[in-house]
Amino acid sequence: MSIVDYIDPPNGELRLVVPVKPIPTITRIRRVLLSPNSIRCLSVLVFFIVWEFAGRRANPLFMAPPSKIWIASIDLWHTGLLQRAIGQSLAPFLMGLFLTIVIGIGIGIAIAQSRSLEYILDPFINALCAIPRIALVPLIILWAGLEFWGKVAIMTSTAVFPVIINTYSGIRDVRGSMLEIGRAYCATELQIFFKITLPAALPFIMAGVRLSVGLCITGIVVAEFFTAISGLGGMIVEYSNVFATAKLFVPITIIAFVGVAFTEGVQWLERRLSRWRILERERG
Amino acid sequence: MKLSVMDPAATSLGSIEMKSATPGSSGDDCMVRFDGVSKFFETRERGGLGHPVRTVALDRVDAVIGAGEFISLLGPSGCGKTTLLRMAAGLMQPDEGSIKIQNKVVVAPRRDACLVFQNFGLLPWRSALGNVEFPLELDGIGEALRRDRARELLDLVGLQRFTDHYPHELSGGMQQRVAIARALIRKPVLILMDEPFGALDAQTREQLQEDFLRIWARTGTTVLFVTHSIDEALLLSDRIFIFSTNPGRVKAIMTSPLAGLRLDSDMRVDRRFGDCRAELRRLLAGTQT
Repeated sequence: MSIVDYIDPPNGELRLVVPVKPIPTITRIRRVLLSPNSIRCLSVLVFFIVWEFAGRRANPLFMAPPSKIWIASIDLWHTGLLQRAIGQSLAPFLMGLFLTIVIGIGIGIAIAQSRSLEYILDPFINALCAIPRIALVPLIILWAGLEFWGKVAIMTSTAVFPVIINTYSGIRDVRGSMLEIGRAYCATELQIFFKITLPAALPFIMAGVRLSVGLCITGIVVAEFFTAISGLGGMIVEYSNVFATAKLFVPITIIAFVGVAFTEGVQWLERRLSRWRILERERG
Repeated sequence: MKLSVMDPAATSLGSIEMKSATPGSSGDDCMVRFDGVSKFFETRERGGLGHPVRTVALDRVDAVIGAGEFISLLGPSGCGKTTLLRMAAGLMQPDEGSIKIQNKVVVAPRRDACLVFQNFGLLPWRSALGNVEFPLELDGIGEALRRDRARELLDLVGLQRFTDHYPHELSGGMQQRVAIARALIRKPVLILMDEPFGALDAQTREQLQEDFLRIWARTGTTVLFVTHSIDEALLLSDRIFIFSTNPGRVKAIMTSPLAGLRLDSDMRVDRRFGDCRAELRRLLAGTQT
């Protein structure tokens, strides 16, 4: 007499995989319509429609509807003013963003790796971080001028701190047990840094870069407001002085689009580079 | 059952030899030699007259481990077994005495003595293959060669289908298999394992013990294996070092009479298994303070 009862599968058939249940067309359509991206698009579309209606009724001195802004931008494009302004803003913007990332990561690594360097530099970093950077703008213009390098300097001084701080704390946050893997396998200090510390800190660093992109945009516009002679920021000042409201909206809209594009791009990159970290956290 | 007891307090048993059991204590087959190894830790404790003192974490460990032996370090937490392992790995230095691997004093991690961590110690941004080839990458071995070697080892631990998976996509047991493959890739003479199966569920644990034994038998490396599980120590080892706490000491060494059974049969059904287990329990019970 056995104490074990064997329970065989019905018809002696074991199932390892089963077909996916078909999804009805209506459910599929609903899923597409209610997807995050289609809701986002719809939201923006509704916003523009409301703006168009409200803008047409408003006094053209204070408000312009999207259609007028579009016409104004075509005009500005034909005169060549728009291309020139975009160029004048975009070149220092890219240079400033590049310097912000390079200098920020560089200083962050340096103060994270060397205690004495940290003690030497951190009073200045804290002080500069505490001063509203806009207070330094006149001084920077005095030193670096109104043109390209002046804008770059203003941007970098505004945007560099999140990168420094995130790089620093990202590197300091790398667990000792992680570094020990390198030590136990006889890695050199340089190998530990490039193969363990840096990849482990990358998600933090990218978060800092993402914050900096926003500050870079603020930085370039502030710089151009102060210099007021070139670029999209200069355009804003110029047209607001003469109450050319439709034209005034053209650079604002372009800045908004460029800002969204850059932020989304960096976010995408950030997600890609720190996928392991997100998935690890989800797993708990 | 051959049992040698270092602690005079434990001499109540009949089958005790009062000498240190060290088969092959000299010559070529000596892999690891512990000579009076002690480790002290700083604490806030103060001794007589208020002088600062250090706690003895590990007190004068003397032992010799032969080449190809499978040794378990068994004891409750806080007995210094992990400390001894970390010193053998070169991650810590003893405060007294010395540890020699193949007659060379350990002053830093060695390429031929590889550590397997309790929490697997995988790099989460590297795939299974990337993790396994990591040591060879550090050694500057060409990509094609180290990839081939890593695939071979993933094959050996039964993960050939998971080479491109990341650690977070693998179960705990699979992650530890990856870590074992990584430890084997440099063809080490000594593998140091710090409670490697402690974080796994019972079934996975048994499967890994069985598989690792087979790998050990094939590679012929020496293994130092930290565990707090009596069964695990018995199932795997040639000899078991029993630790006591406060201070951490190697109190006794049991030479397992079941070592011959571990590969092909289930030693749990052997009558001696129960006896050894009871004996180890008794020895460990005496270590609680």
